[in-house]
Amino acid sequence: MKSLEELNAIRDKMKDHVEIRRESSDAAGKYQVLVCGGTGCTSSGSAKIIEKLNEEIEKNGIKDKVEVIKTGCFGLCALGPIMIVYPEGAFYSMVKEEEIPEIVREHLAGGHVDTKYLYKETVTENGIKSLNETNFYKKQHRVALRNCGVINPENIDEYIGTDGYQALAKVIKEMTPEQVIQTILDSGLRGRGGGGFPTGMKWKLARNIVPDADQKYVCCNADEGDPGAFMDRSVLEGDPHVVLEAMAIAGYAIGANQGYIYVRAEYPIAIHRLEIAIGQAREYGILGKGIFGTDFDFDIELRLGAGAFVCGEETALMTSIEGNRGEPRPRPPFPAEKGLYGKPTILNNVETYANVPRIILNGAEWFASMGTEKSKGTKVFALGGKINNTGLVEVPMGTTLREVVEEIGGGIPNGKKFKAAQTGGPSGGCIPAQHFDVPIDYDNLIAIGSMMGSGGLIVMDEDNCMVDIAKFFLEFTVDESCGKCTPCRVGTKRLLEILDKITKGQGTMEDIDKMEELCYYIKANSLCGLGQTAPNPVLSTLKFFRDEYIAHVQDKRCPAGVCKKLLSFEIDPDKCKGCTACARVCPGGAIEGSVKTPHVINKDKCLKCGACIEKCKFGAISKK
Amino acid sequence: MGSTISSIPFAGTPEQEKKLRAVIDSHKNEKGCLMPILQQAQEIYGYLPIEVQKIIAAETGYPLEKIYGVVTFYAQFALNPKGQYKISVCLGTACYVKGSGDIYNKLIEKLGIEGGGCTSDGKFSLEACRCIGACGLAPVLTVNDDVYGRLTVDDIDDILAKYN
Repeated sequence: MKSLEELNAIRDKMKDHVEIRRESSDAAGKYQVLVCGGTGCTSSGSAKIIEKLNEEIEKNGIKDKVEVIKTGCFGLCALGPIMIVYPEGAFYSMVKEEEIPEIVREHLAGGHVDTKYLYKETVTENGIKSLNETNFYKKQHRVALRNCGVINPENIDEYIGTDGYQALAKVIKEMTPEQVIQTILDSGLRGRGGGGFPTGMKWKLARNIVPDADQKYVCCNADEGDPGAFMDRSVLEGDPHVVLEAMAIAGYAIGANQGYIYVRAEYPIAIHRLEIAIGQAREYGILGKGIFGTDFDFDIELRLGAGAFVCGEETALMTSIEGNRGEPRPRPPFPAEKGLYGKPTILNNVETYANVPRIILNGAEWFASMGTEKSKGTKVFALGGKINNTGLVEVPMGTTLREVVEEIGGGIPNGKKFKAAQTGGPSGGCIPAQHFDVPIDYDNLIAIGSMMGSGGLIVMDEDNCMVDIAKFFLEFTVDESCGKCTPCRVGTKRLLEILDKITKGQGTMEDIDKMEELCYYIKANSLCGLGQTAPNPVLSTLKFFRDEYIAHVQDKRCPAGVCKKLLSFEIDPDKCKGCTACARVCPGGAIEGSVKTPHVINKDKCLKCGACIEKCKFGAISKK
Repeated sequence: MGSTISSIPFAGTPEQEKKLRAVIDSHKNEKGCLMPILQQAQEIYGYLPIEVQKIIAAETGYPLEKIYGVVTFYAQFALNPKGQYKISVCLGTACYVKGSGDIYNKLIEKLGIEGGGCTSDGKFSLEACRCIGACGLAPVLTVNDDVYGRLTVDDIDDILAKYN
């Protein structure tokens, strides 16, 4: 394809086909069965569901009336595998292979929606309600995720059907690079990868700082390393073309003709779909030489990471693309001046890019009308941990934690009490219940000692020990510290040793003070973002949960009952039936007692392994 | 960081070497070619013993110490072969707060190996990984390409039995 007319022709052809999926309707027509093919649902068996669907559709002889489409993530990962049937918008959750024959026979062949297998919340007295009216989706506003779970990510025509590549056409046909940069600046878009640097500013610097550069680069950070964060992966799996389009727009804006996407090797589905997307875009002439008949050239290559968290840091990422150990280097010079291969380079993360085409098409004011004063637009969060609706949510900036956890997330399972939400991964901190009503944006989170990070939001309940969580994150950073600078390499190690001492009940009050001092030292002196933020989990838990640290140190007690060395196991003589199961399983021979009489744990011999609790059928053993 | 020489003797075949040389030839002149070459070399051999690194050094002209430096930097490059069944327990935050640490410890106990190790019959190797992104199914482990989610420690025996 060489011209805009051809692009528009594909859009017009595909538009109705795709748009029907945004709003359910009663309109009769061809059935479209959308099955989630994201990592979560694939892990719970969605590939087999698709196979079975096709088999049953064939059997019922309705092949020409039904189209099965594998999409990206719908967001509600806890209910996977997920399947949704249009035009009705019937939402089937936790679909099992053996349910497929009935669903195909009754619904797709017979035209009767059987509510039995539908997601309960969508079933009403008079039929079914749209997914958009459920608690999980109601408060969401999807910009970056707007095509995820809607289009087939492996078909470029479906993307074009949602106005895909129109923004690229608009910038190269109608706008100057300066106008593009000004639009992004006016929109107030800030980097979604962690730091929150204004995206337009980054582009402006890269355009102007080295006026006579012979080569510039556009990079995409898809090295989503925060454990518990999977927003970027879902965008790549569900809507890979949006990233390609945005990178080409960025290339036009700063004057670059080559892009690199640095993606984690742990994301095989995302890599596969990116490869397909790049191939299709090249075939259509949307990537390559002379795009849309202009003299603008742009191409994109993939580079795979190899499991190093530090490579999410911008200078380390570029060093890694060059084929070296992914160690960061001091800034300045910033990448906008000297980046990849020493050339001016911009690096934005996946979610940031996913916003760009919409900003170009809908205008900067539209984007700036969402969010708070200094944080515009929406943010995608990966909800995980102790929460009912684990999955992916996109909400306007300024939504409160309470809305996200209680309304969208459906609260904490098993009637437990909310203790804290962790944001920002190993660089962030814990937000306790007292800040439940703080509107989430970049600046508010920093003010309460956490950070936006890339958007992982892990909920913890009363059974999680905050000292243990701090230790968990420090173990991560010690593992992932690249070793180049001393404050990070040695400092985090010492920090972990002190935490370890505390969780074993050997800590002193001086240790807590020493730890705090060391935290500030590491923050002030480390070379890159990894080290500068590594102490945050410790500092924020110290700030909000100091009493837990003190309980570990002074009372030698872990209030949440997690730190094994501090636990004491006891058998309730009233509940114990004397079945001897615990005594037999105890590896230390610490449980004494004869058959049919209550047993007793010898605390000197007890190894605190917890094997007895698992074995006891009567709930007679407790840990404190 | 692993040792230079693998504890298991190198058993590369001429076919593997031919494939490796073809990979090197196709990438040699690209900028930043070392990572893609190492990634594909690991796909061919399953790991990156010093013998393979030497071939890459000779063919690309990169010094061996640079290659060794890169191989030991990234967690995904292995200096030792993996087991026939690679068990990988997710210790990402979402899995960790839901008890994947207990599952990992149980596997260490059951298999009698440390994390990063391989059973003496070469059947199982065990490692911890950081988030495979299936947080909705937490806690999660993978055995080669099979994913097991919503686990409790009691599921471990059944999972291992499938591969025995």
